[in-house]
Amino acid sequence: MIRRAIRFLDSRSGSAPLVRKALRYLFPDHWSFLLGEVALYLFLILVATGIYLTLYFEPSLASTTYNGSYEPLRGAPMSEAYRSVVDISFEVKAGLLIRQAHHWAANLFVAAIVLHLLRVFFTGAFRKPRELTWLVGLLMLFTTLLEGYLGYSMVDDLLSGMGLAIGYSVALSVPVIGASLAMLIWGAPYPGDPAFESRMYIGHVFLFPVLIGVLLTVHLALVVMRHHTQFDGGTRASERRIVGVPTFPGQAPRSLGLLSAVAALIFLLGGLVQINPIWQWGPYDTGLSTNGAQPDWYLGWLIGALRLVPGFDVTVGDYTLVPNPFWGGALFPLVVLLVLAAWPAAERRFAADRATHNLLDRPRDAPGRTAFGAAFLSWVLLIFFSGSADRAFVFLGLSYEGQVWVYRALVCTLPIALFFIVRRVCLELQAGEQLEHERERAEHEAVTGAA
Amino acid sequence: MRRLGRWLLAVVVAFLWRRREREANERIVPPGSPDRGAEGLTIALLFAAALAAVAFVVVYAIDGLADSTQLLGVALGVAFGCLAGALIVVAKRLVVSEEIDEDYPEPEHPEEQERLAQLVEESGDRITRKRLMIVAGGAAGTALGAAALAPALSLGPALGTGGLRDTPWRRGRRLVDSDGRPLRAGDISTDTFYSAFPEGAKMDKIGSPLVVVRLEPSRLRLPPGREDWAPEGIIAFSKICTHAGCAVSEYRTPLFEPTAPSPALVCPCHYSTFDPAAGGEVVFGPAGRPLPQLPLTIDASGDLRAAGGYSGPVGPAWSGVRSGGT
Repeated sequence: MIRRAIRFLDSRSGSAPLVRKALRYLFPDHWSFLLGEVALYLFLILVATGIYLTLYFEPSLASTTYNGSYEPLRGAPMSEAYRSVVDISFEVKAGLLIRQAHHWAANLFVAAIVLHLLRVFFTGAFRKPRELTWLVGLLMLFTTLLEGYLGYSMVDDLLSGMGLAIGYSVALSVPVIGASLAMLIWGAPYPGDPAFESRMYIGHVFLFPVLIGVLLTVHLALVVMRHHTQFDGGTRASERRIVGVPTFPGQAPRSLGLLSAVAALIFLLGGLVQINPIWQWGPYDTGLSTNGAQPDWYLGWLIGALRLVPGFDVTVGDYTLVPNPFWGGALFPLVVLLVLAAWPAAERRFAADRATHNLLDRPRDAPGRTAFGAAFLSWVLLIFFSGSADRAFVFLGLSYEGQVWVYRALVCTLPIALFFIVRRVCLELQAGEQLEHERERAEHEAVTGAA
Repeated sequence: MRRLGRWLLAVVVAFLWRRREREANERIVPPGSPDRGAEGLTIALLFAAALAAVAFVVVYAIDGLADSTQLLGVALGVAFGCLAGALIVVAKRLVVSEEIDEDYPEPEHPEEQERLAQLVEESGDRITRKRLMIVAGGAAGTALGAAALAPALSLGPALGTGGLRDTPWRRGRRLVDSDGRPLRAGDISTDTFYSAFPEGAKMDKIGSPLVVVRLEPSRLRLPPGREDWAPEGIIAFSKICTHAGCAVSEYRTPLFEPTAPSPALVCPCHYSTFDPAAGGEVVFGPAGRPLPQLPLTIDASGDLRAAGGYSGPVGPAWSGVRSGGT
């Protein structure tokens, strides 16, 4: 039976040698290598649940009156878009489960990508010959951020409207060309042309997913062509030889098991833990906003940055050159992207290291990189957490303005201090290991010498 | 007879040969002993997954079930969870775990690189004016790319950004609430804020919504030229934050000492804080410009009306927002 199927396929496609090679492709074993796989599987779940949602979502700002089963909104004027999402939540069977699963998966997708990125950074997996894989991955992360932003923006509830107003302001704040840029994207001064809704929709359900899919394919193709990196654990692993579990039969059930576990987690969260209850926010109008508004977590760093910048616009004479939101909303993420994108080349240069690397570093093995990574990460994280200062005020009673000043000070100082501390810690760890090695060797020599 | 014997011998030899060949085809996956316990567990988990998936369909089919989202989620979650469990048992206990090593791919292929370069170079042998050819090709590509992108300009009035300054407020336009009822000066009390919109104009335009508060006239410190913009201390500002376009919908007002130093309008997005008594000037947060103030009058019947346009452009800033152009 198996032989007949294989013969049938091979005689038509000639793929037997290729398939055999693919089935014996090696996966080095370490838990942290699964983070990228988790992200991949979340992407699959997002596509699957997203297709389901497109069947019911209506990308239209035409106004309608709500008439559904959710009592508090009955008779309220709203857009067709918002109405259709309330209907997905209350009228469509299993609609709320799929919607919440989609939202949870989006949040965890970005989280998995970020953790994967940190793993790759701190182990030096981005080094030659894998710089392109790193770049493509970065592009994927930033595309995903936009994709997520569009996803919750097109619902047209109160929070999504506030998010769009901020997005519009950031576009408008780009020096010199900002006004034209915002007009191009929105079609008219805020809230923009009604066609903007369908533009977001086609972006969210087609353009960006396809772009992510293409980048994903390139990313994985590059990984396969260069094979995976590995830790220098066993005796056989080296820069020239890879040690791992073959795709089949070893890796396949593990990986599919991971896919199933991720799916189980997502559907349990989607069924049991409420997320973005848009019926509570209500429909959006330009003149409305709410206190305690927080975006999805992966935009927290941007809201933090927008809040921390002191109040000024850069003006030359009476010409406004740089409106304020540009710093936190556009320049900050751009700097993060560029620093991360430039890092592999910078490290090649500063460490004068042009060799090919297949073995991973432990963080302590590269004190400079680890120290820089920790400093840079703390910089972004501080800004991220400053975005929750209003929550800290509500729950802990800490003065909001006082917190902002503390964060402003920390953002400028802590990363620098952390750089030196982390580098020192790495060097100490290395020295400790060195000492340990020498002691063992001395003991060994003493034993053999006595014999 | 001898012939038949030879035939038989040949068949036997061929048969044995084939069998030997089969045996010579050594195992790819190393052998291992069966694990009936793990097998049983896997089978049980797979059946459990099937059962949970059926439960999902059943819950789906029942109409009007309370908590159906939770039940559906649990059913699907348990189904996938059991499947995950089964696959992990297979991976850990039923599949022989191999640790194989092989060479990494060659870091580089210098010969192939050379061949590729040669291929490209030789292909262009017949071209004599290479540089001009590249310039011409580049021109064609760039121009065609620009032509392909040009229709995207129809997305919005990229060069007509004058609309950013439009607002529906004119001298004499009445202030109404979100239901279209006129705002009366006598109804405006201190300690709270009111939202207002231009009568008969679209409410959702960025220039439309106002925030109206009443302050002690003696506490007003309005910029020069705005002395009569706040009759009876009733003062109106654009409700759209000059930082990032959210609606300024928090009013911090000292209901008792010492909660806050003075009344302030606060945007909940990034906490830009504006002082209404000082004509909307920024006292904290990232906003770079004051809230635009709208001059008010009280008409003969006691309704609030605009006495003119805003003190400046409404909403978030763009390059040139302070100068006349865009």
